[in-house]
Amino acid sequence: MSTERIKFYQTGTFTAGNRLLDEATRTVQSRVDRTNSLNSGHRACQGCGEALGARYALDAAMRASRNQLIAVNATGCLEVFSSPYPESSWQIPWMHSLFGNAPAVASGVAAALRAKGRDEVTVIAQGGDGATVDIGFGCLSGMFERNDDVLYLCYDNEAYMNTGIQRSGSTPPFARTNTTQVVADHPGNPVGTGKNLPRIAMAHGIPYVATASVADLHDLERKVTTAIGVQGARYLHIHVPCPLGWGSDPAHTMKVARLAVESGLFPLFEAECGTVVRSTPIRRKVPVERYLELQTRFKHLLGPPQDTNAIAAIQAIADANIVTYGLWG
Amino acid sequence: MWQVRFHGRGGQGVVTAAELLALAAFRDGKYAQAFPSFGSERMGAPVMAFCRIDDTTIRTRDTVTCPDVVIVQDATLLHQVDLFAGLTPCGFVLINSTRSLNVLHLEEFLSILPVGHVCAFPASDLGLKYLKRPLANAPLLGGFAALTGLIRLASVESAIRQRFPGEIGEANVASVREAYDHVTTLTAEQQGILRR
Amino acid sequence: MNVQMEGSQAVAEILARCRPEVIAAYPISPQTHIVERLSVKVARGEIGRCQFVNVESEFAALSVLIGASASGARTYTATSSQGLLFMAEAVYNAAGLGLPIVMTIANRAVGAPINIWNDHSDSMALRDAGWIQLFAEHNQEAIDLHIQAFRLAEALSCPVMVCMDGYVLTHASEPVDLPDAAHVDAYLPPYQPVQLLDPNDPVSIGAMVGPDAFAEVKYLAHHQHLRALDLIPELTQAFEQHFHRQSGGLCSPYRMEGADIAVIAMGSVIGTIKDVVDELRRASIPVGCIKIGCYRPFPMLRLRGLLEGVSRVIVVEKDLAVGVGGIVSADVQLTLSGRQIPVHTVIAGLGGRSISTSSLKQMIVEARAERLTEPYFLDLNKTVIEQELARRRDIRRAGPVAEHILRTMNVMGTKVS
Repeated sequence: MSTERIKFYQTGTFTAGNRLLDEATRTVQSRVDRTNSLNSGHRACQGCGEALGARYALDAAMRASRNQLIAVNATGCLEVFSSPYPESSWQIPWMHSLFGNAPAVASGVAAALRAKGRDEVTVIAQGGDGATVDIGFGCLSGMFERNDDVLYLCYDNEAYMNTGIQRSGSTPPFARTNTTQVVADHPGNPVGTGKNLPRIAMAHGIPYVATASVADLHDLERKVTTAIGVQGARYLHIHVPCPLGWGSDPAHTMKVARLAVESGLFPLFEAECGTVVRSTPIRRKVPVERYLELQTRFKHLLGPPQDTNAIAAIQAIADANIVTYGLWG
Repeated sequence: MWQVRFHGRGGQGVVTAAELLALAAFRDGKYAQAFPSFGSERMGAPVMAFCRIDDTTIRTRDTVTCPDVVIVQDATLLHQVDLFAGLTPCGFVLINSTRSLNVLHLEEFLSILPVGHVCAFPASDLGLKYLKRPLANAPLLGGFAALTGLIRLASVESAIRQRFPGEIGEANVASVREAYDHVTTLTAEQQGILRR
Repeated sequence: MNVQMEGSQAVAEILARCRPEVIAAYPISPQTHIVERLSVKVARGEIGRCQFVNVESEFAALSVLIGASASGARTYTATSSQGLLFMAEAVYNAAGLGLPIVMTIANRAVGAPINIWNDHSDSMALRDAGWIQLFAEHNQEAIDLHIQAFRLAEALSCPVMVCMDGYVLTHASEPVDLPDAAHVDAYLPPYQPVQLLDPNDPVSIGAMVGPDAFAEVKYLAHHQHLRALDLIPELTQAFEQHFHRQSGGLCSPYRMEGADIAVIAMGSVIGTIKDVVDELRRASIPVGCIKIGCYRPFPMLRLRGLLEGVSRVIVVEKDLAVGVGGIVSADVQLTLSGRQIPVHTVIAGLGGRSISTSSLKQMIVEARAERLTEPYFLDLNKTVIEQELARRRDIRRAGPVAEHILRTMNVMGTKVS
């Protein structure tokens, strides 16, 4: 029987799990009285990063809000795999309206709660990268600009996975999707395109913006908890690998997510009112190839022959992140 | 039914004038309907507004094409816009101008009207005097009351006070009163002149 | 209280007395005066804890209300024209979710060419979205319909559009009786939602529904509309008892006794048509008029009853199904299926073209003489059309239609008519 050596990163050291942590800092999921926002039995694929991220984020939110939570969901994988009647996996009041309006619907929920004087209830809006950076961007920007009391969670798997892997404004350069095919001289998604939503969120001057990854679920829980404690518009951008869309092994979801962080391609940081206030240092820097080679969407870069220019360009992005966010040394 | 058409330029309070006239008629116990020419015109563009006054409910919604009264808030529109189109043969015309009727060269359009139905007076000057701005719309309503006798001066005053409570309203009312007196005198004089 | 007031201001006044809890709006002419006034009332605290959300688009406006309504708030917005189309996806969504949102449509043409003036193209474009659509004849009815709309919407858990002609009504100053808040309260009880986002009793709203149940969900929406056909007369009757005036209703006849010809229309043009009917009756022409007050659901049974004994129907409508003709007339024809009487379609008032009494009279005379082309476009300038068609036959790169037509007509913004 083949075995795989597993490393544990949960606690900020290389030690395993929660047993060694004090009570206060243990993960929500380790508690006997843990909540269950998103029940088992949903229809996500094996190794789905989004299901994992949503479960951890919302359980932490439930805990932080003492279960006084309402969630609004954009159309997308999360909505589809969690909701088909009569098998809704949601244990919280949950609403899905449209693909492009989740932030506005959440603003409406918040406005109604304010009108009714129910200030104790937390409102969350959530969606994938397509719903967030593309089709729902106008509503999101409006929600930010008004500083509505909503926490927005973006589960970024870097393409439209629900419709079958098409390019979004969050798809990384050179990635192959079904609308950025590797054909002739076109090496996947054009370089120099796409948008950095955490930075755009910061430009709105909202009180709290953070990035998180399923690679560090404890950090994700902490950021959700922090965000719940802040009033106004808050944005959390969560990196969630998609085995189907990225062509990665479902068993490697955590590993892929971790390599995105450790390579510097997905920087973890927190910003308050438009300024970065904290970033999570990389523990062990890895070259981007380590991340790319686990995903068939980048297979065309790795060769043979290797597309050294493309890999250098991706490495340059990672290096720039490391400098910008002070991730190393 | 009386139909009134206001001509002016965007920013001169043409729509407000029509609404104030309707409000004054309402205060007289009449039925009134006021509406703008529904334009997207900006400041300075030629605009219109309409007012209908009747003793019973007004149902019709079409544009006023055969007005009984034409009020010209801006004399620079004369000879630019077809101001008097459809004017009824017994209609009235009230023009805001510092010039007298005989130098405005309107005989071609207005000679068919009965004596004393046309009046030009410097309404903007009254606006300047009382409101420090050349607003002619309120003085013209005073002139309208004097010229046509269709609404009472007191109703115009109370309409203005309702719409603009306080100092601005009182300044407007003062301008309306002077306009009323001015036009009453003027039409009497003009009638006298023409009769001679 | 009897007052002389602009339609939009009157609607805002009455809206405040309907005690909405969340209002979201994006500006578009000619809806603006309504929401401007409401924003003042909210800021002054005249509508309790009501929240006024200034959103970034009409799509967001209705989306905010979707969230607010599902959270148990009484919700309101107003829009027009492009704004309604921009929120189209949310319009269907609100109805599909069964949220009793009330929205004023200040009816306006839909571009291109861009046109801010009144016709019914906007609400017609979304007639089948699942919203109840009520049309106001005058400003008194417009305000009364808003009071009724909240009660109707909340009774059925179904959204309602109150359609009032842009500018013609929204910007018209006329006398209205504004009922006081206590009267409105007595007619309109507080909103009791049938579904609610509540942390203490969690539900999932808006989940995916597959082929096995979708038709049933849709049928129930249809069923709610059929219920509305019964409920609207009840609500208008209760309204009359309460406020001592008739307002709203499915359809209202005017001088239909002994009428040979029925002119059917919706909205403010009804007033002009009534004047025309009176005039023709004086000339012994047996014509009457029927106002369709509720367009969706379409009151077929009631209309069929009113048209008994009529031998000719003229539908005057402010919209155009391009390539077909009338939209309302298609519904009327369906209503009259099996009865062999002519139904004339008259397209009038597009893009704010004034509908004159003289043109209407002439048209009715022509219809009696079987001289109307189908569909008949009231006051259409055929010379200009012929010229433009000829020009486009001769020149491939003929350029934009609207610009050339305007050039041909030498239309000045100041022209009177």
